[in-house]
Amino acid sequence: MIKVQNLAKAFGTKRAVDDVSFSVDRGEVLGFLGPNGAGQATTMRMNTDLLSPSGGSVTVGGFDLAEHPIQARRLIGYLPENAPAYTDMTVHGFLNFAAEIRGLRGDARKKAVNRVVEMCFLESVLHQSVETLSKGYRHRTCFAQSIIHDPDVLVLDEPTDGLDPNQKHEVRQLIRRMGEKKAIIFSTHILEEVDAACSRAIIIDRGKIVANGTPQELRQKSEWAGAVTLRVKGVASSAVTTKLYQVPLVKRVTVVDEKDGHVTVRAFPKAGANGALAQAIGEAAHEWHIEQLQAEEGRLDEVFRSITMPDTVKEAAK
Amino acid sequence: MNPWRNIWTITKRELGAYFTSPLAYVFIVIFLLLCGFFTFFVGGFFERQEASLVRPFFDWHPWFYLFLVPAVGMRLWAEERRVGTIELLLTMPITAWQAIVGKFLASWLFLALALVLTFPVVLTVNYLGHPDNGVILTAYVGSWLMAGAYLAISCVTSALTRSQVVSFIISLVVCLFLILAGFPPVINVLEQFARPWLVDLVASFSVMTHFEGFQKGVLDSRDILFFLSVIGFSLFTTSVILRTHRAG
Repeated sequence: MIKVQNLAKAFGTKRAVDDVSFSVDRGEVLGFLGPNGAGQATTMRMNTDLLSPSGGSVTVGGFDLAEHPIQARRLIGYLPENAPAYTDMTVHGFLNFAAEIRGLRGDARKKAVNRVVEMCFLESVLHQSVETLSKGYRHRTCFAQSIIHDPDVLVLDEPTDGLDPNQKHEVRQLIRRMGEKKAIIFSTHILEEVDAACSRAIIIDRGKIVANGTPQELRQKSEWAGAVTLRVKGVASSAVTTKLYQVPLVKRVTVVDEKDGHVTVRAFPKAGANGALAQAIGEAAHEWHIEQLQAEEGRLDEVFRSITMPDTVKEAAK
Repeated sequence: MNPWRNIWTITKRELGAYFTSPLAYVFIVIFLLLCGFFTFFVGGFFERQEASLVRPFFDWHPWFYLFLVPAVGMRLWAEERRVGTIELLLTMPITAWQAIVGKFLASWLFLALALVLTFPVVLTVNYLGHPDNGVILTAYVGSWLMAGAYLAISCVTSALTRSQVVSFIISLVVCLFLILAGFPPVINVLEQFARPWLVDLVASFSVMTHFEGFQKGVLDSRDILFFLSVIGFSLFTTSVILRTHRAG
C-alpha cells in the first residue's frame, strides 16, 4: 500500500535521512523506531507529504506522492506528533470539518463522524471545545480525524505519547484491530509497544535503516536471546559457574545474585545454540536443588541499544 | 473534487474561528467606535456642512486598517504553525492554494462585515442631507479592496513566523510604507530632492493614491488592478513560503 524507495532528505550538509527503503502492505503494522534525531520524524513527515524529499520517492496506493499528491493524500490518515487540533472548535465541529475536507457530505459525513466518535469513545465530550479537553481526549479526537475517511494507510506519529497506561492500552488495541485491514506505520520510542501492536519493526539510526524484521526476529539479535537464568540453593557461586562453563553451549556466565545460600546466575549461549541451552543447563545442574530455570526470549531494548548506541559510547561501555 | 468546495470548507472554518474567539467582537466594536469617533468628532462631520462621507469618514480608513487589519491577519498561519494544526491542514487532500484562498476569503469577508456594520454613518448622512450614494458605494468598494491588500500582506508575514506578534509588527511596517509612499507630507519632502518620475513611481505604490479615485466615485480599472495585484502577489508569496516550509 505504501512504498518508500531510496528516500533521502538533507538539511544543508546534514543528511537526516539517507537511502531509506521499505514497504508496508495491507494487514501490516510497522513500528518505526529510532533514537531522538535519528531521522524517524523526518521520514514520517515525508511519508505524509509534509516535507518533500531530496531524493527517492513515496508511493501510496500506486500514486506517487510528489506527482499526484492529492490522490495519494486521500488514501492517508495522519496523526501528527502531539495530536494537534483546532482549539477553538468543538469536537463535533472539528470532526465535521475533517470529514468535509475529506470530501464526505450529507449522510456519509454524519455516518463517518458517528463511527469515529464511537470507535474513539468521544460521546461524552462531543460538544465540548477542544481547548478544554484533557490530553487523552484531545489525542483521541485527533486520532478520530485521522481515521474519519477510513483510509487505507495510517501514519501515526507517536500515537501513545502522553497517554496514561489505560489509554495506551486502548490505542494499541485500536491500532492492532485496524491493522488487520489497513497498512499502518507508527513511530514510537516505547519498545513494549512494538510487541503489543506491531507485526514488523524498523530501527533507524543516523538516517539509515539498521534493522528490519518481526519483533521476534529483532529479539533474536539480542545477546539475551536464548540466555538462561538459573537459581539454585545451597551451592557456592564459584562451584555453579565452574560447572556451567563445562557445558559446551555456554559462552559466558555471570552471577546475578548470591544471598542466604541462594545463587542466581545467568548463562549466555554460544552462536547456534538455538534454544538448547536451557535443556543442557538443566541436565548439568540436576544434582542441585533448582529453584528457578528460565530461558530468555531476548530483549528489544538491548537490541535497540546495541544497534543505535554511538560507537564512542560503546567503546566507553566496554 | 470541486476546488471551490474545499475553499468554502476552509472559509467556513476560519470564519467560525473568528466568532468563537473574542477577536471578532473586539475588532468590530473597536472599528465601529473609531469610525464613529473620528467621523463625528475629529473629522468635523457636522462642521463641514456638506452631505459627504469622503473626508470625515473614508479618509481615516487607511489609518484604521494599518493596525486593525494586521491584527485580523496575524493569526492566519502563525497560529496554525504554533499549535501544529498546519500539519493536518497541509496533509489533507487539498492544494496549498485552496487553503490560502480559503483563509484569505474568510478574513476578507469578516472585514466586509465590519464595513457593512458602519451603515449607521450612511443612514445619518442620508437623513441630514442628500449625499451622492454612488460615491459612497464606490468608496466602500475601494475601502474593502484596500483592506484586502493589507490583509494579503498580513497573510505573508503570518506565514513567515509562528509568532503572531512578529507577524503583526512586520505587516504593520509594510502597510505603513504603502500608506506613506503616497502620504502628502512625505510626497512633499520627496519632491524637494527627487525627480518627478521617481516621486510618481513611489507614489504609485501607495494605497493612498489608489484609494483617492474610489473616494471621488471613480471606479478606475488601474486602481482596482493595483489592489487586486497586491492581493494576488501577496497570496502567491504566501504559497512560495509554504512551499519553502515543505522543502525543509
